[in-house]
Amino acid sequence: MKKITMTLMAATTLLAVNSYAEQTKSTLESVKERGYVNCVIGNAFPGFYSLNKAGEWQGMDIDLCRGVASAVFGDASKVKFVPVQWAQSFTSIKSGKGDILSKGMTWTLSRDAAQGLDFLDTYFYDGQGFMVRKDLGVTSIKELAGATVCVLTGTSSELNIADYSRTHNLDIKTVVFDDSSVRNTAFFNNNCDALTNDKSGLASQRSAAAVPSDYIILPETISKEALSFAVRQNDSEWANVVKWTFAAMVAAEEFGVNSKNVDKMLAESQSPVVKRLLGTEGDLNSGLGLPKEWAYNVIKNVGNYGEVYERNVGTDSVLGLDRKGTLNELWINGGLMYAKSFR
Amino acid sequence: MIQPSVSKSSTNTSFLNNSANRAVILQVVVLAAVLFGLWFLFANASDNLNRLGMSFGFDFLQVTAGFDISWSLIPYDPGMTYWRVFLVGIINTLVLSFCVIFVGTIIGTVVGILRLSNNPLVSQMARWYVEVVRNVPLLIQIIFWFTVVFSTLPAPRKSFHIGQWLFLNNRGLYVISTESTMSWGAIFAILGALVISLYALFYWSKPYLRLTGSRPTGFYIGLALLAITSCWCVWFFADSMTLSIPTLKGFNYVDGAFLPASFGAAFVAMTVYRSAAIAETVRAGMQSIDRGQHEAAFTIGFSRFQSLRLILIPQAVRSIIPPMTNSWLAATKDSSLAVAIGFPELVSVFMQTSMNQTGRAIEIIFMVMGFYIFISLLISYLLNKYNESIQDKVR
Repeated sequence: MKKITMTLMAATTLLAVNSYAEQTKSTLESVKERGYVNCVIGNAFPGFYSLNKAGEWQGMDIDLCRGVASAVFGDASKVKFVPVQWAQSFTSIKSGKGDILSKGMTWTLSRDAAQGLDFLDTYFYDGQGFMVRKDLGVTSIKELAGATVCVLTGTSSELNIADYSRTHNLDIKTVVFDDSSVRNTAFFNNNCDALTNDKSGLASQRSAAAVPSDYIILPETISKEALSFAVRQNDSEWANVVKWTFAAMVAAEEFGVNSKNVDKMLAESQSPVVKRLLGTEGDLNSGLGLPKEWAYNVIKNVGNYGEVYERNVGTDSVLGLDRKGTLNELWINGGLMYAKSFR
Repeated sequence: MIQPSVSKSSTNTSFLNNSANRAVILQVVVLAAVLFGLWFLFANASDNLNRLGMSFGFDFLQVTAGFDISWSLIPYDPGMTYWRVFLVGIINTLVLSFCVIFVGTIIGTVVGILRLSNNPLVSQMARWYVEVVRNVPLLIQIIFWFTVVFSTLPAPRKSFHIGQWLFLNNRGLYVISTESTMSWGAIFAILGALVISLYALFYWSKPYLRLTGSRPTGFYIGLALLAITSCWCVWFFADSMTLSIPTLKGFNYVDGAFLPASFGAAFVAMTVYRSAAIAETVRAGMQSIDRGQHEAAFTIGFSRFQSLRLILIPQAVRSIIPPMTNSWLAATKDSSLAVAIGFPELVSVFMQTSMNQTGRAIEIIFMVMGFYIFISLLISYLLNKYNESIQDKVR
């Protein structure tokens, strides 16, 4: 009996030490070994991440993760989506439950510096706004003095609204929820006078209302919300893969490559930048530790940034957010979407 | 003497065959394994923190929180520190748990007794209440009460109201309240002094009462003096008071005392749930008493109520207290579920909002766990003491 106990104890110890050593492996290695990418998202945020009628995830954040899966494995389906509550977002990345945090998260200094995360790039420039019932007759945030506002816990919105209320002496009261669906129900049940979120989020929640035209989104924007994706801190190898996957989508749009013409471009394009991007020239892939056709796979399977935008949040989608004139345009059209040089 | 032969034989056994030695070795091995486990957990955490470039420390408690808390019994504004947030969370948690325990125990006791009623209608109704409530998860009940009942109350402008005293709407309950210019410290000090002197007066006159059967004249003089002092205190207090009447201003009522709808929903859901659990505890306790006692009480002419109050309940309490302790502990811990509907208790304000804003996951979880352990141990300590004092005294 004692022998068994001792053997068991020794085995446990070995196992513990073994798993300890395993944890220090780089993310790219463990992702390759595992065979799929773990992508941390939220419960439902139409346009960014939500289940469609066929029960598949879709949205901008989803497409980004599928892009990374395409870059690493050449297969957009080799990704597992891990929906977590907003408050668990950071812990899920820190603890290794997820490899990419892509859930409409705003890039802020404290999150970047103190949360054990590295923010990599912004895929949607947004700002915080307010949605109210039309019959309240409110036309500006300044008229919300004394109002009760529904907000999600742990978001930057929760801090911004406290700042704004203090600065403008509005005495806004917040009701804080940890589940976005309970928060939305509370707002639509008139438990709060207003709902605050990033404006894209408001458009998304408005689209889910019984009668969307009963609600208006107030014109002011009270903050800068750069929705960005992040990975675990101090893992540059993996950060490079994720960062350049997104850069490839933006660059593809700039060079006029999209999911439909990418095969033609691969065969016919004489442009050296396009050739480098698609991997027929140069060895940009080797530094990243990815296969030669990684960017081709991203564009073929997911599309370029413009396609991703229009498919999920553009004018023809549920959210109907017009890209023209916003910061989400390519830099050549006056926006901020700017891929660094593929060289 | 046979002793030498025994000691001789024991020297022949090997070191490991001695059961005392074996026990020591086993203990040492177990201790080493536990220490190794702890060391491993600690080293693993600190190594991972290092790899992420993060530090460990409680200095964040002095940093300004910067977010608002919708309901707090102590003054709070976003300019205060995370330590204050922790205190607000603790107080909100304690208030909710206390209300649930208090009301839940009363309702539970009543339902538990009704469950044993001879009237089948009453006992079946109590039974259905207990079965339905106990078999639906608490979280679902909390969300049900919030979204189906409290959220569907009228909007502020159409509040239910009783005169200008009380307003009930889907934001919560607004009641008329008083504000005093006197500080709480002063009020408690005066109250304390009055209670202590009253107690001292009784204590002082007790020997005389025992000796003669009546209290000394000094006792009545003291009582009169105390009465006059309290009247004066009340008058003085009333003078410093102003009424605060809830009035509709802009979107909502201002002034008066406020209880948010989320408190109401959490309180009702948790009280109902807790009362069902306590009802079962009480029923079991009552049924543990021999039926003969009941019949004996009946034969000597006790009414049903008298036999309950004087014979059955005092005995049942002995077997009820231990499981009741568990129920109370569970009520305290369950209060963390109120986070789902936005009630700002400890888990909501500290373990979610603060943790997200500061990134101090390990420190914050330690603090929250420490708080729950402290409260749980305190409750079980107090109830164990009470339990000891009411058990059968075996002399």
